[in-house]
Amino acid sequence: MFPFIFEWAWDIPHLVFMGALWYALSIIGAGLTYCILKSLYDTATEEGGESHEHH
Amino acid sequence: MTTPAIPEGVKRCSTGKFALWLAVVGAVLLWGVYAMFLVWYKGLNQTGMNDAYGFALWIWADLTVIALGGGAFFSGFLTYIIGKKELKSIINYAVIIGFICYSSALLILALDIGQPLRGWFIFWHANVHSMLTEVAFCLSVYFAVLTIEFLPIVLENPKLDRIPFLHHLSHNLHEVMAVFAATGVFLSFFHQGSLGGVAGVLYGRPFAFREGLLIWPWTFFLFTWSAAAVGPCFTVLITRITEKVTGKKLVKQATFRLLAKISGWMLLTYMIAKIIDTWYWAAVTAPAKGFTLMDFYTNNPVYGIWILIAELVICGLLPAVILVTRKGRENNLLLMTGVILAVIGVCINRWVMVLQVMAAPLLPFQDWYMYMPTWQEIATTILPIAYGIILIMLAYRYLPVFPQEKELNSGS
Repeated sequence: MFPFIFEWAWDIPHLVFMGALWYALSIIGAGLTYCILKSLYDTATEEGGESHEHH
Repeated sequence: MTTPAIPEGVKRCSTGKFALWLAVVGAVLLWGVYAMFLVWYKGLNQTGMNDAYGFALWIWADLTVIALGGGAFFSGFLTYIIGKKELKSIINYAVIIGFICYSSALLILALDIGQPLRGWFIFWHANVHSMLTEVAFCLSVYFAVLTIEFLPIVLENPKLDRIPFLHHLSHNLHEVMAVFAATGVFLSFFHQGSLGGVAGVLYGRPFAFREGLLIWPWTFFLFTWSAAAVGPCFTVLITRITEKVTGKKLVKQATFRLLAKISGWMLLTYMIAKIIDTWYWAAVTAPAKGFTLMDFYTNNPVYGIWILIAELVICGLLPAVILVTRKGRENNLLLMTGVILAVIGVCINRWVMVLQVMAAPLLPFQDWYMYMPTWQEIATTILPIAYGIILIMLAYRYLPVFPQEKELNSGS
């Protein structure tokens, strides 16, 4: 899973397999981080803590 | 009865009645939990599995719930990527059903690996040449995606929605849901496929072995295809059962028909591919290994040729024809017959690709291997059903799952 684990090899199967895994995890992580940060920003900038509208 | 925790404008049963039903289903859940702890405490000797059956009832249940949970990824694909806005009224429920199916699959796997404390080995010491490693990775990551898709629905609970941060989080998750849905489609394509690939690459098991494209046997594509075809049927089925139980209309008829139409065409094309695959396997692949078709269907108490006919014709072509025709979709009875048959069809397909593969003899002097699950296996297989019912009960009661419910029941 990581290059520091003893059975890791810098070969095509490891690069393709683990590349796809970390690519998917990065997208999910980035998406989630964006949502959390934007929500914190939106909450902080909400005028006087007014009640929000339902979407 | 209306309380602040219940979504605005909808009616739910009294707390007492809800608690009573929760207790009834909870008793079944506890029975399953007891069996689960027996398996974890005493080990796999609590099962009917043996040297001939390394895969058995649990793996069938696993493959089946994953196929039926395919409604979440395929509905998400249709809603967020293809842009079928009509499906927005059912996508919440598809996600919840998918969440239940995939969490159940992970629970069953935690039982089946025998040593749950070493479950993390498959991630840490990954064998990159194994299709099961691909399944484990995609399954876990896709479950994370489903959890993220489920999260905004939970956050829309009236009490939680009053908290500004959670309200914004729910809104922002909705805004970028297409990204998560696309990732889910990518992951689902590979884990659904690899589950089929596991059977297809078994060159020592002529009943399962298939040729294919590059490293992927045809079963890889057939499994993904069948999950995309039947997953939405399962979503329709569970939604209609929920309507019957609650006595309310939850989704417009047009939405059911649209989903059934898409599912029908997917099923029809899948069945054509499956029949070609079966014919090629029976005429070329199996004979090349010294077997005829009837070697796999005779001289045993369970697996007669009926199972092939049931899978391909009665629960395959027949529901496909019902669902692709306008008359079939517009008649409620026919629509539900088609949906139920399609669901049974995928259950049979997963059964033969797990159990019949193990049962069929490999050498002339061998006999068919039969298998009988123990009560512990049955209880732990029923456990996810009880868990699913409880989660649906809670979601229906406390979350705004069906956006059209208020409008559809305004007269009642």
